[in-house]
Amino acid sequence: MELHKRDNRNISPEIPDDWFAPKNKNQEQAEAVVRPSLSYWQDAWNRLVKNKLAMTGLIFLILLTIMAFLGPAISPHSGSQQQLANQNLAPSSDYWFGTDELGRDVFTRVWQGAQVSLFVGLAAALIDFAIGVAYGGIAGYKGGKTDNFMMRIVEILYGLPYLLVVILISVVMGPGLFTIIFALTITGWVGMARIVRGQVLQVKNYEFVMASKTFGTKTGRIIRKNLLPNTMGPIIVQMTLTVPSAIFAEAFLSFLGLGIQPPLASWGSMANDALSAILTGHWWRLFFPALLISLTMFSFNVLGDGLQDALDPKLRR
Amino acid sequence: MLRYIMKRLIAMVITLWFIVTLTFFLMHSIPGSPFNEERATSEAVQRNLESFYNLDKPLYVQYFSYMKSVVTLDFGPSIKKPSQSVNDMLSRGFPVSFELGIVTLVVAIISGITLGVIAALRHNGFIDYLAMTIAVLGISIPNFVLATMLIQQLAVNVPIFPVATWSSPMHMVLPTLALATGPMAIIARLTRSSMMEVLTQDYIRTARAKGLSPVKIVFRHALRNALLPVVTVLGTLAASILTGTFVIEKIFAIPGMGKYFVESINTRDYPVIMGTTVFYSAILIIMLFLVDIAYGILDPRIKLHKKEGS
Repeated sequence: MELHKRDNRNISPEIPDDWFAPKNKNQEQAEAVVRPSLSYWQDAWNRLVKNKLAMTGLIFLILLTIMAFLGPAISPHSGSQQQLANQNLAPSSDYWFGTDELGRDVFTRVWQGAQVSLFVGLAAALIDFAIGVAYGGIAGYKGGKTDNFMMRIVEILYGLPYLLVVILISVVMGPGLFTIIFALTITGWVGMARIVRGQVLQVKNYEFVMASKTFGTKTGRIIRKNLLPNTMGPIIVQMTLTVPSAIFAEAFLSFLGLGIQPPLASWGSMANDALSAILTGHWWRLFFPALLISLTMFSFNVLGDGLQDALDPKLRR
Repeated sequence: MLRYIMKRLIAMVITLWFIVTLTFFLMHSIPGSPFNEERATSEAVQRNLESFYNLDKPLYVQYFSYMKSVVTLDFGPSIKKPSQSVNDMLSRGFPVSFELGIVTLVVAIISGITLGVIAALRHNGFIDYLAMTIAVLGISIPNFVLATMLIQQLAVNVPIFPVATWSSPMHMVLPTLALATGPMAIIARLTRSSMMEVLTQDYIRTARAKGLSPVKIVFRHALRNALLPVVTVLGTLAASILTGTFVIEKIFAIPGMGKYFVESINTRDYPVIMGTTVFYSAILIIMLFLVDIAYGILDPRIKLHKKEGS
């Protein structure tokens, strides 16, 4: 301590005074925030963009959606026209992805299948979202006996084997697009409801919700304006993961003969039709739908993982 | 503990009852009788058939007699194959499916945990990326696609393994591989993330400071704790393996329960569909129950009787 002080004093004789200038004490500048303020969503988006794998998934999904509508239009052949002279043709400059056992163009059908598969996935995710958020939101917000009762029902539904219920309902209602979506969502919303309830239970004790309540805001408005925006992260992640599992379930149902019925085609039903073809060497009939299912699953999964990291406020740096 | 088990046991029975009831009423809401075939049957035969299967009684009588038969584990005769009872099919198909399922589960658990641990220890290294690529591919590729690819490559192009059926250990390789890949991928990802979390804990640093060998740290201290989350998904995995057997048994022509179930769906053989659904559900619900109890025993931090409220 002693030594230090003496050192300081010793500096001045050797250095002229005019080397020193008063520091610019501009108050405004000192208080200015250097880092631009980012909203939660901007921050999450920035982090998502940095995740290469997740971005690959997102870009692929955008391309897939475009192709699902553009593909059938740019193809020279129709997807439903049967040409018995052109059975099982290998991919060529005329038939880009080959033809199937009825002479239908696989390229066109694969993109029409994409429309059906994506529709099933998105519809299931949206319906799960609507029911799950309403149910979980009310249960979590009301708490107490209401919560207890509502969660008992959820517990029973959650214990039901998902795919078995889906199969049963498909058997009873007869296969078809509507049946599949109905079957997938009738117990599918339970997972979403559990997540929303857990989140709402957490958020509803925060001060801003209490402030809202003291102003006399109505329950519905508190749930919509205060609670849901703050629970959106896990909800979005859950939705991104619902889409691929719905597409997967549809493929599974189609495989059992309970899925999409002709003339409509989905990737699952095309793969199922093509199973015998693989042994006779017509690999393209299975390859293209299978490749697209796998790529879509992959994309949704990596995007979901990426969103999970990006939307987690705890990971914010 | 005992109170929690009782509570779960009651919930389990309610869920089972719910499934039986749901199955029963769903099956009976289908329009038309199962005997409306192309085959012309006389009025009298039709009536005899219906009385044999109790279909002429009022619905609630049928319901109670069905509940009674479920409780006594007798699922009655098949409609399409009258010489066989549903119990016959179950007792013939179940051992095969059980074998396939257990072998798959063991393969998936061992390879999944190994992959996950290696990936966590070599975090962000080449092996980590390789393991996680395998894991993501495993989740992305549907098992029926994988099964067909395996048959084409390893049974047709290069005939190492038999194409189908179920009689020797060699027959088991391809179906097991096709069925185990998905669950393995899920276990690997879960093990990796929980292992990475555990490795940053203080007690691992303490163990390192004590000078324990890395092998001992990983197996004695880290892995034990990292495996807890894996235990929780075992129930769901069992469900996915079980439904996977429908597909795999169909592709490989394995005479298991899944094959009967798929056949019964295609022929609309209602007693078989009902019987197998109830049977499958019972297995799954009991699995979930056991996993819950096991989790409570394995993790001393969880006080079972308090878990309900959380």
